[in-house]
Amino acid sequence: MSGAGGTIHARTLTGLAQGLTNGEFSSRELTEALLARIDAHHEVLNSFISITAEEALAAADAADKARANGNAGLLNGLPIIHKDIFCTRGVRTTCGSRMLDNFVSPYDATVVERMAAAGAVMLGKTNMDEFAMGSSNETSYFGPVRNPWDLSRSPGGSSGGSAAAVAARLAPAATGTDTGGSIRQPAALTGTVGLKPTYGRVSRHGMIAFASSLDQAGVITRSAADAALLLGVMAGFDERDSTCVDQPVPDYTAALDQPIKGLCVGIVRQHFDAGLDEGNAVQVRAALKALEEQGAVLREIDLPNLDLSVPTYYVVAPAECSSNMSRFDGVRFGYRAEGATDLMDLYCRSRGEGFGAEVKRRIMTGTYVLSAGYYDAYYLKAQKVRQLISDDFKKAFADVDVIAGPTSPTPAFALGDKTDDPVTMYLNDIYTIGANLAGLPAMSLPCGFVNSLPVGLHLVAAPFAEARLLNVGARYQAETDWHQRAPEGWS
Amino acid sequence: MYYCGRALLRLLSKRLFQGSTVSLSKEQVQHIATLARLRLADDEMSDVVGKLSRIVEFVDQLKAAPTKDVAPMAHPLDQTQRLRPDRVTETNDREHIQQNAPAVQGGLYLVPKVIE
Repeated sequence: MSGAGGTIHARTLTGLAQGLTNGEFSSRELTEALLARIDAHHEVLNSFISITAEEALAAADAADKARANGNAGLLNGLPIIHKDIFCTRGVRTTCGSRMLDNFVSPYDATVVERMAAAGAVMLGKTNMDEFAMGSSNETSYFGPVRNPWDLSRSPGGSSGGSAAAVAARLAPAATGTDTGGSIRQPAALTGTVGLKPTYGRVSRHGMIAFASSLDQAGVITRSAADAALLLGVMAGFDERDSTCVDQPVPDYTAALDQPIKGLCVGIVRQHFDAGLDEGNAVQVRAALKALEEQGAVLREIDLPNLDLSVPTYYVVAPAECSSNMSRFDGVRFGYRAEGATDLMDLYCRSRGEGFGAEVKRRIMTGTYVLSAGYYDAYYLKAQKVRQLISDDFKKAFADVDVIAGPTSPTPAFALGDKTDDPVTMYLNDIYTIGANLAGLPAMSLPCGFVNSLPVGLHLVAAPFAEARLLNVGARYQAETDWHQRAPEGWS
Repeated sequence: MYYCGRALLRLLSKRLFQGSTVSLSKEQVQHIATLARLRLADDEMSDVVGKLSRIVEFVDQLKAAPTKDVAPMAHPLDQTQRLRPDRVTETNDREHIQQNAPAVQGGLYLVPKVIE
């Protein structure tokens, strides 16, 4: 294949954009090469729910034509894979659930639409925890995803398929969603870059809702520069999402190379307490040192209500989940149980059979905390604690530019390791949940290895300071090569 | 890593175990399931009771948090809901949308008999 064979899959999105612009290969050649790689390897990882080869080749041809006519968009001819939570017109959208096994959306999500309009080529839709409820990808109706760094381990979740596929070089970039860490934790566990923008920065129209005051769309890539390129296309006002903020979108790529001398980095003391794996702590501290060497100033800060963030989340998120999931009734779309005796029986059986165990647990937790007599004690109380957590961040950002620490307590854990106790699984998101509760932008960067498994550095910034996060990420990646490491056998 | 997870659990659950523990009964769980319109299979019930109790015990530690005079958070960014003109902007797409429905007839959704 002219120019497109060999190691084309090893290139970043930015590198591929240059190759297309320079005429080293066409989008069709690139698309064919990646589809062949996906075809040969995806089953081992179980990272895809749908592969859209036909649509991809048509889109690639259209992109090549657009380029020939001088109409190349920002992502012209570049491959992308979408988490199967984003609605895609004419291609089934399952959200990892039996409930939506047969669902074909009548419209595209805004994120999908904007990327396609910029010329991106969708290769397929990725596996995920059912309705994004999980931290290990084990709750998917379509089976767990395997981590390319160690096939006996989880890639994290809920955007585990997106992260595993990007880490394995099956695609250069993927979309994801993050309600409590669902982009950042899998990014950390697979050695990829994960960006969760500010609440309201990216439209959620056509993104199947889990917990509406927390959900946000973002990306998983192999470099901060690639995340910047994609965010510029995704972000911005959309009248079809009432929570989408009408604020100008800065040029995220312009600020990438700015020196970070004088940058004030907040270090949360509690982040390095007993809960953090010692190996992870060593790698994260080394990353902080690397930022310091570029002129950043480290300052210890306190987030006094941090240890309440997980229980707060597990009241607020299930409450909103129980409300959002009420739309699945076996009547208008989705799974319908057979042989129901009456309408009530139809609802209960369709939902009982269509949802998996974790989704049912969260719906019931939410129903409980919202039910008569418990609302004040749980839901209202959690929203008050959430305010305290948010105030902690606000205070911190009066003094520092970013907060840095670990993304997850441990490297990738073994599949099946944490499925017995839901709370053990929930505690995986201890470092990431705060950013969701407070609506802040956050990012995970590869920052080293423990026992040959990737470790993530977590950065949080003030609302709408994504450019700052990406800048820090790009500067860190200019001096380190953790993000360029590929899992053995997948380089 | 297993021990690390346990350590984290102990750390975060420290408030919880100081107070009394909550445990849900099978009847309570059945009531919640009915409110949530979920039929649980017989072999699911004991697992659900155990795990749901565990989750409720875990979130119960919030009760000890001092929140006097704190207003409950309404929105992460203090945004208010935007208003738009009350205009029809969508076209009738019923046939296309109903292709996803399990049972339709003449544009109507079919369900089991509701009225005798």
